[in-house]
Amino acid sequence: MNISFTINGQPAQVDVPEDTPMLWVIRDVLNLQGTKFGCGKAACGACTIHVDGDAVRSCAFSAKFADGKDITTIEGLSSDGKLHPVQQAWVDEVVPQCGYCQPGFIMATAAMLDKIPNPTDEDIDDNIVNVCRCATYYRMRKAIHKAAEISNENI
Amino acid sequence: MNNSKNKKGVTRRKFLIGSSIGVGVLLGAGYLSRNLIRRYIASMVNEADMPYNNNVGPSVWFEITADNKIILHSPKVEMGQGTFTGLAQIAAEELEVDLSNINVVHASTATSNIDPFATGGSTSISGLWQPLRELAATMREMLKIQAAQIWDTERSSISAADGQLSFGSKSMSYGELVAQVKEWEVPDTPPLKDVSSYKYVGKPIPRIDLMDKVIGAPIFGMDATMPDMLYGAVVRPDRIGATFGGADVSAARDMPGVVKIVEEEDFIGVVATSRMAAEEAKNAIKVDWKTDKNWTSAEIVEMLEVGQGNPIVIQKQGDPADHIEDSQQVITAEYRSPIGAHAQIEPNGSVSSVTDEGATIKMSTQVVKITRKEVAKRLGMDEEDVVIEPTYLGGGFGRRLHTPNAIQTAVMSKAVGKPVASFYTRKEEFQNDTFRPPTHHVLKAVMTEDGKIDTIEHNVSSGDVMFGSALVPGFVQPVVGADVGAWRGGMIQYEAIPNFHAISWRVKLPFATSWWRSLGLLANTFAIECFLDELAVQTKQDPVQFRLDHIQDDDRGYRLKEVIKAAAKRAGYRDEVVDGVAMGFAASTDANTPVAQVAAVAIVDDEIKVLKVTCVIDPGLAVNPDQVRAQCEGSIIMGMSAAMYEKMEVVDGQLYPVIYGPYRMALMKDAPKKIDVEILQNAETPGAVGEPPLGPIGAAIANAIFRLTGERRREMPLVK
Repeated sequence: MNISFTINGQPAQVDVPEDTPMLWVIRDVLNLQGTKFGCGKAACGACTIHVDGDAVRSCAFSAKFADGKDITTIEGLSSDGKLHPVQQAWVDEVVPQCGYCQPGFIMATAAMLDKIPNPTDEDIDDNIVNVCRCATYYRMRKAIHKAAEISNENI
Repeated sequence: MNNSKNKKGVTRRKFLIGSSIGVGVLLGAGYLSRNLIRRYIASMVNEADMPYNNNVGPSVWFEITADNKIILHSPKVEMGQGTFTGLAQIAAEELEVDLSNINVVHASTATSNIDPFATGGSTSISGLWQPLRELAATMREMLKIQAAQIWDTERSSISAADGQLSFGSKSMSYGELVAQVKEWEVPDTPPLKDVSSYKYVGKPIPRIDLMDKVIGAPIFGMDATMPDMLYGAVVRPDRIGATFGGADVSAARDMPGVVKIVEEEDFIGVVATSRMAAEEAKNAIKVDWKTDKNWTSAEIVEMLEVGQGNPIVIQKQGDPADHIEDSQQVITAEYRSPIGAHAQIEPNGSVSSVTDEGATIKMSTQVVKITRKEVAKRLGMDEEDVVIEPTYLGGGFGRRLHTPNAIQTAVMSKAVGKPVASFYTRKEEFQNDTFRPPTHHVLKAVMTEDGKIDTIEHNVSSGDVMFGSALVPGFVQPVVGADVGAWRGGMIQYEAIPNFHAISWRVKLPFATSWWRSLGLLANTFAIECFLDELAVQTKQDPVQFRLDHIQDDDRGYRLKEVIKAAAKRAGYRDEVVDGVAMGFAASTDANTPVAQVAAVAIVDDEIKVLKVTCVIDPGLAVNPDQVRAQCEGSIIMGMSAAMYEKMEVVDGQLYPVIYGPYRMALMKDAPKKIDVEILQNAETPGAVGEPPLGPIGAAIANAIFRLTGERRREMPLVK
């Protein structure tokens, strides 16, 4: 199936079986490998991307549904050579350990902050439900609050 | 990089290796010990199998580029523990360069100093502390010797600072010098600088891999690609003890995208043009798995009962058996821990390219050299013709201490004549894990009339840990006897108790069990430290003072007492429940690093919640205090996750669950909102950090739950 969409601001067109998960389109066809495979069942969030601004687990999002959509991956989150506030906060708080799940968490956090600019701890608990085996949750929570501050300063 | 075959022609006395990629010159050295460095470097030999020598070519630690950057080839892999950052800090001190000019890369078997065993056991920084500084200082002096020759003066007249060599008004960068040198002279190992003068060691430097990890750089094994790469999928068993009894591949053979079905004696693989095509074809293969038996959880629990098999005494003082036998009032309690999964997010897998000339494999592994050996044996190649290029690991935790999946991609690549990438599915990860073994603990104690412990005995029955890994060959087992991995943390750390006894019972389980971050420490500490708490409560004593009363007066005892006192003080430990919040106390000593923790626990919305954990650790010299904190925070939440929620079940011959969620782990909502870490440094050299803080957490939480609910929970997971 021929599928056209926008990815990180650029038009893209791929020819793949319609049920191919977008994760593999992004990683293996478009060669953007920041989006990670963790479970293939939408259970861990390592593959989180933005589809029309919403956080979506791309391992369970078939290519056919991407047609005409605006997709952002971790590679397209920052712009003008400047880190996105969430990435900056992650650096400031030295969050990553092994780092594998972090793009998924950063994408999930960025999508949450678009809708909830000043999240409470409860908002974070409810919305950030990815899995990190290094268990960097303590620093992530601090970084999420910090990212909200940076975003608000930028406005 | 140079093909290993060329290196045999390298003139031994010469130290220069022309680089093919224009980055200047490689400086190499193997490390054995202080006085052997010189001999080893001068001889450039391949004769002896020395630590950190890959036995193929020159062992390269540092590369100095023309633009004056230092590339440090790390013999240890980076799996999140922060080793690359710590090693850069250590090297920068003696090299006299700015930290920002050091890049750290994984050593490859092709060019460099691979660790002969593994990355694990919390030994990377502590083990390399001395050799890396000596190597760096030697390199610095080698540069000075060459500069002295160029400027026609003595080595002692040359100074080195910020990557520059200078003599009077003359100066040049390391990179400029290196470009001019044809042959190196290796001095005796110079004296090291005083640690108090160090600029980077002891400072909370941000991780050097931070930026790559927030922009999603393709640094992991699963991100590795090769030109013309195809995708493989391997049929893996889903039943315990299943052996391969043949397969019907007819349906898979003609499916779209399938390039080849690779049928071996021990596995069947599919190679296809996409991951999806490979997976779909794999699922169409009908395998006849032979199993003798459909195992259940109840049978596993029964096998583990203390008292079966051979007991090995791992620790004994005084006359514990007689004291227990003679006493009328033996206090006894039993504890259990379940099968634990590694559940690291990046699945196992590898990318291999095999030709007639040799093999190249890119992958996440903790055992680079062992994997090379296994692949070479399977392919019938010389080890030097197999190159393993380790990548960053998407989590290690012991899951990658045996990585035979490299064999499978290598065999598939050879079969199709192109590179092949293949990775486990999540279900395959959960069902083919090398699990944390379940345990059963029986504790006994005899108290004196004045409330002191007269005798304590710990029996631990566990599946294999070290014996389940590729690191310990089978023939070692009868000699070693007890599995030192299984009883890690199983010894009594309160050596002022007159009589104590720790006994390990080994159980061979029907599924693979092996290293899981901190090995037996979590379960053993859970049992012992909960039991200590029970004894304190029964004799109406403060659990903190009760512990202090039983610690001996020596250096180890001093360090343990200090962390216990500091943790109690920092947390404001009290035995009573205040405003619905209870505190639990526990301490452990692992790999010579004592840790004490206080868990503050409450019931929130009908659920047991850990609100805050206070942790005091004494790792000795903290090379990077911020990363010590990070390891404590991660260990606390990972240990809490295992202690409170995680459990694999054996149902009708299969291991379940097979996905996150049903395999319940701590998430953001469960993690304590406060973690307060204090670092004591009562030893002069760096000690273990990555695992010791996992020790006390399970017991600390269980002891708090007892105060909160009155219920003594003696089985992990603590929350049903």
